[in-house]
Amino acid sequence: MNAAQTARTGFDVAAMRREFPILSREVYGKKLVYLDNAASAQKPRAVIDAMRQFLETDYANVHRGVHFLSSRATDHYEAAREAARRFLNAPAADNIILTHGGTEAFNLVASSFTSPMIAPGDEIVISEMEHHANIVPWHFLRERQGAVIRWARIGDDGVLDLDHLQSLIGPRTKLVAITHMSNVLGTITPARVIADMAHARGVPVLFDGCQAAVHARVDVQAIDADFYIFCGHKIYGPTGIGVLYAKPHFLSAMRPYQGGGEMIREVGFDAVTYGDAPHRFEAGTPPIMEAVGLAAAIRFLEGIDHAAVHAHEQALLAHATRRLRAANGIRIFGEAPGKGAIIAFDVKGVHPHDLATVIDREGVAIRAGHHCAHPLMKRLGVTATGRASFALYNTMEEVDVFVAALQRAREFFQ
Amino acid sequence: MNAAGLDDLYREAILDHGRNPRCVGKLDDATHTGCDANRLCGDAVTIRLRIADGRIDAARFEGEGCAISQASASMLTEALVGMNLDDAHAHASSMRAALEGRQAPAGGSLAALLSGVRAFPERISCALLSVHALERALGAAP
Repeated sequence: MNAAQTARTGFDVAAMRREFPILSREVYGKKLVYLDNAASAQKPRAVIDAMRQFLETDYANVHRGVHFLSSRATDHYEAAREAARRFLNAPAADNIILTHGGTEAFNLVASSFTSPMIAPGDEIVISEMEHHANIVPWHFLRERQGAVIRWARIGDDGVLDLDHLQSLIGPRTKLVAITHMSNVLGTITPARVIADMAHARGVPVLFDGCQAAVHARVDVQAIDADFYIFCGHKIYGPTGIGVLYAKPHFLSAMRPYQGGGEMIREVGFDAVTYGDAPHRFEAGTPPIMEAVGLAAAIRFLEGIDHAAVHAHEQALLAHATRRLRAANGIRIFGEAPGKGAIIAFDVKGVHPHDLATVIDREGVAIRAGHHCAHPLMKRLGVTATGRASFALYNTMEEVDVFVAALQRAREFFQ
Repeated sequence: MNAAGLDDLYREAILDHGRNPRCVGKLDDATHTGCDANRLCGDAVTIRLRIADGRIDAARFEGEGCAISQASASMLTEALVGMNLDDAHAHASSMRAALEGRQAPAGGSLAALLSGVRAFPERISCALLSVHALERALGAAP
């Protein structure tokens, strides 16, 4: 990015790029243009160093040893819980369960919270633009317990149809579970409005924040979320760790998820009692070094100007949208006002997989496929799309490289 | 667009079949049908055969997907007509072996034409889609 762009957005992307070692590598002799951030973001030195340093100096198991290192590791692990609390503005660290990923967090809620209250015919309300992680756990309840999944519609622009959503929430609704930001369309949903709609009928609400956590500021108290989920690797942290926020009265009422060490109070020959939340939901050795990486990623994000990052990402999105609209035969999916920095698209006459293969050889990494959102693909009337998703280290030049590569790919197949 | 094996992957014949697939459509009097879908990308191919006296006398496919999966289906289906069942089985298994890298493809064969996919491991399943559909069709003997 040049100086003019820095001045426009108040954000020094060149300096930011130096924090991410992988961005200096080449692929196939070309500069890497990494636009698959919605699948997983790259890692800054701060995260890599924090994990390495922890492993080199303070690593041990947590919550069980009385020795020095165990105590140090426990401090690190609990500091990550506190970092996640801060990141979400949760009232207390005990509201935060650390999981092995976002997907596990959805399954935990489905298994420990929702499943026990499902009678045949009870309903879960989700939307047409959910990720499979916020669909398949509810299908389990449909298959096993006769739950009914109700699908809130989206408009052709990718905006959630709030009237339709409201009409679906009724006396049989046990949970409303909606994405806070679509991983395909980029749509950011009005979380507080959705929560109020659900609460007006006494229904708890869960938000999938896996995309929103990195693009939007999340305040679980302001949006009155009952459950909120995000994962480490999409916010520049490591894989293998997720975060589930839950209101305390739900947590204390929820049955345990997995059984094992760490989550119990006492285990006898014919009886078992369980520990309190959050530990009751963290059976076995937790993702300790991943928690350290998560905390480092959160500190990294706290150390940069969120408004400037947001302006930068929006500038990338606007530039890419303008360039793609100007090109022939490119269709963009998702034009919700205020959407996050993700563009799903298709190129006339070229299958997304062919496109991704061809531009990969120019160093441009995008996702092609169904994006773990089969119902949304059906809703859009496609089997697959391309998707470019932007992060704080992407540049306007990279957008141009991407669009030029798309155009060459299109010519190649014609 | 000469970059790094792309011309081997997307040879002219493949691009041609991808753009203008042959043998597309239904086959109302099919005796054997097989289909496969790629769970990663959603590509799908259905191959329908009419087999009389142990010989394939008509073959059609329907499908949706990338240039590799559709060209592979087109070329495979086109090649099937006139084969007896043993030939068709052998054809499918030699294509599978070549695409999976277990044996070198015969010169000039369909497998040789598609062998550029070997340099793109994530795309091998695209080329194999129609092979699997064919295997299923042949396995569904009346």
